[in-house]
Amino acid sequence: MTGATRRDGYPVRVTVNGAARTVEVSSTETLLDALRWNLDLTGSKECCAEGECGACTVLVDGRAVNSCLVLAVESDGLDITTVEGLETGGPAGGRLSRLQDAFLEKGAVQCGFCIPGMVMAAQALLNENPHPRPDEVREGLAGNLCRCAGYQRIVDAVLLAAEEDA
Amino acid sequence: MRPFSYARPASLGETFDLLDSAGPGEIRPLVGGTDLIVGLQSGRIRPDVVVDLKHLADLPAGIEQVDGRLRISAPTSLTDIIGDARIRTWFPALAEAASTVGSVQIRNRASLTGNICNASPAFDTGPALLVHDAVVLLSSRDGDRRVPVADFVLGPRRTDLRAGEIATAVELPVPETPLRASFARLTRRRGVDLATLSLCCVVGPRRTRFAFGAVAPRPFVVDDDSGVLADPSSSPEDRDEVLRAMTAQASPITDVRGGADYRQAMLLVLGRRALAAARSRPVQSQPDGAR
Ligand SMILES: Cc1cc2nc3c(=O)[nH]c(=O)nc-3n(C[C@H](O)[C@H](O)[C@H](O)COP(=O)(O)OP(=O)(O)OC[C@H]3O[C@@H](n4cnc5c(N)ncnc54)[C@H](O)[C@@H]3O)c2cc1C
Ligand code: FES
Ligand code: FES
Repeated sequence: MTGATRRDGYPVRVTVNGAARTVEVSSTETLLDALRWNLDLTGSKECCAEGECGACTVLVDGRAVNSCLVLAVESDGLDITTVEGLETGGPAGGRLSRLQDAFLEKGAVQCGFCIPGMVMAAQALLNENPHPRPDEVREGLAGNLCRCAGYQRIVDAVLLAAEEDA
Repeated sequence: MRPFSYARPASLGETFDLLDSAGPGEIRPLVGGTDLIVGLQSGRIRPDVVVDLKHLADLPAGIEQVDGRLRISAPTSLTDIIGDARIRTWFPALAEAASTVGSVQIRNRASLTGNICNASPAFDTGPALLVHDAVVLLSSRDGDRRVPVADFVLGPRRTDLRAGEIATAVELPVPETPLRASFARLTRRRGVDLATLSLCCVVGPRRTRFAFGAVAPRPFVVDDDSGVLADPSSSPEDRDEVLRAMTAQASPITDVRGGADYRQAMLLVLGRRALAAARSRPVQSQPDGAR
C-alpha cells in the first residue's frame, strides 16, 4: 500500500466475530461504516461520529474501541468483535450471552440505541476485570452515553453479570 | 470526509520517502486517529495523504529503558503507558494524567506522541511531561534530533515538527532519587471532558516544580527554589504567596469550559491540593512489576 495515490478500492482483510472477511473500502470510510454497510452488521450504532458517545464501540484485538474513530483501511489485519459476536451457539438460533441476559433482567434497555456499545464496553471491562466494583464499572462505561439516562440499571446489569460469573 | 490516499509504510525509510515525495498538498501522520479522524470528519484537516505509523518494523510500539531514560515509542497506546509498572513508579503523575484522557475507548487507541503533536493548549499529558523534562525524538531523512516537550509545543496546534519529519518516541529521564509527584485536573463533569485546567506538581528535597495546562497557549513549567513549598513547616499564607507568584505566567481565556477569572482562582485551589497530594505520596523507587 506504500505510496498509494488512489482513494478507493482498498482491499481490507479482517476477522469479524471469528470469521475471516475481505471488503473493499475507500479511504474515507470508517470501520463503523464498513461493519454496517459492507458487512451488514448493524448492531454497532453511529451517533456522534466523534468519539464522545460510545454507541459504535467494538472490540479490536480484545480492547474496546470507538469504531467511528478508526479508518476502515487502517483495520486491515485486525480481529474485531461486534455485539453480534457475543451470542453463543452461532449467529442464527444462538443464545444471548450472560451479560446480554443481565441487561434484560435488570431492565437496563429503554430505547436501546446505546445498548450495543454499552454491552461491548462492559464486555471489555469484564474480560480484564471479571469482578469490578461499582466505581470501576462506571469508569469502564464513562465513554458511553445513554440518552435515556438509564445508567443505574446499566451498572446494575454489569454487576449482576459479574456476580453470576463468580 | 474529503478523499485522501492512505499509506501504510513498513519502515522509517519508506515513511521518509513518502514525506519527501509529498506534493504541495498536506501529508498527515496517523497513529491513534482520535484527533486526526475527528479533524478529517469535520473538514478542519484536509490532507492529500494520510501515513499510518503503526506498522513500521523498525518502530514497534513499546516502552524500553535506554541508559538512564525510559523511551516510549510513538505507536504505544495510552492504555499501555498507564499499565506500565515503570511509568507508574517513576512517573506516577504521567500515569495519572494519561488515565484522565477521554475514555477507555479513546485511551486504547490514543498515543502520547499524538497528544503532544496535536498541541491542544489543554492536552492532558503536557504538565506531567514538563515536570519530568520529557524530550520528543524526531526523525527525518537527514537524521534525528531531540527537543524538550516544553520547546516542541509552540502554541495552539503549532509544534516545531519540520517538513519530512515524524516524532518517533518520547523519552523521560529516570529520576535518580524517587520523586513525589501529583496531577490535578478540573473538569465540568467526570468522564469524557477536556480539562478546564490541569496541573502537575513534583516535590523534591528543596525544589518544588509546577507545570500548568489549559491556562496559557501552551503548558508551562515553574520552579520554586525558595524551599517554602517543600518545607512541611511553612505557613499556608507563605505557601499561597509562592503559589500565586508561580501562576503569574498564566493567561487563561474565557471559553465554554470556564471564565478566565474562574480559571485563575482555581489555579491556586488546585495548586494547594496538588502540593498536598504530592507531599503525602509515598515514594517507591523500584517498579513492583505488578499491575
Ligand atoms: C472523545 C474524545 C475525548 C478526548 N479527551 C481528551 C482528554 O481528555 N485529554 C486530552 O489531552 N486529549 C483528549 N482527546 C484528544 C486525543 O484523544 C489525544 O490528543 C490523543 O492523545 C491523540 O493521540 P492519537 O494517537 O489518537 O493522535 P492522532 O489523531 O493519530 O494524531 C494527532 C495529530 O498529531 C499528528 N501526529 C500523530 N503522531 C505523530 C507522530 N508520531 N509524528 C508526527 N505527527 C504525529 C497527527 O498528524 C495529527 O495531526 C480526546 C479526543 C476525543 C475524540
Ligand atoms: S458514534 Fe462513535 S463514539 Fe459516538
Ligand atoms: S437506552 Fe436509550 S440511549 Fe440508552
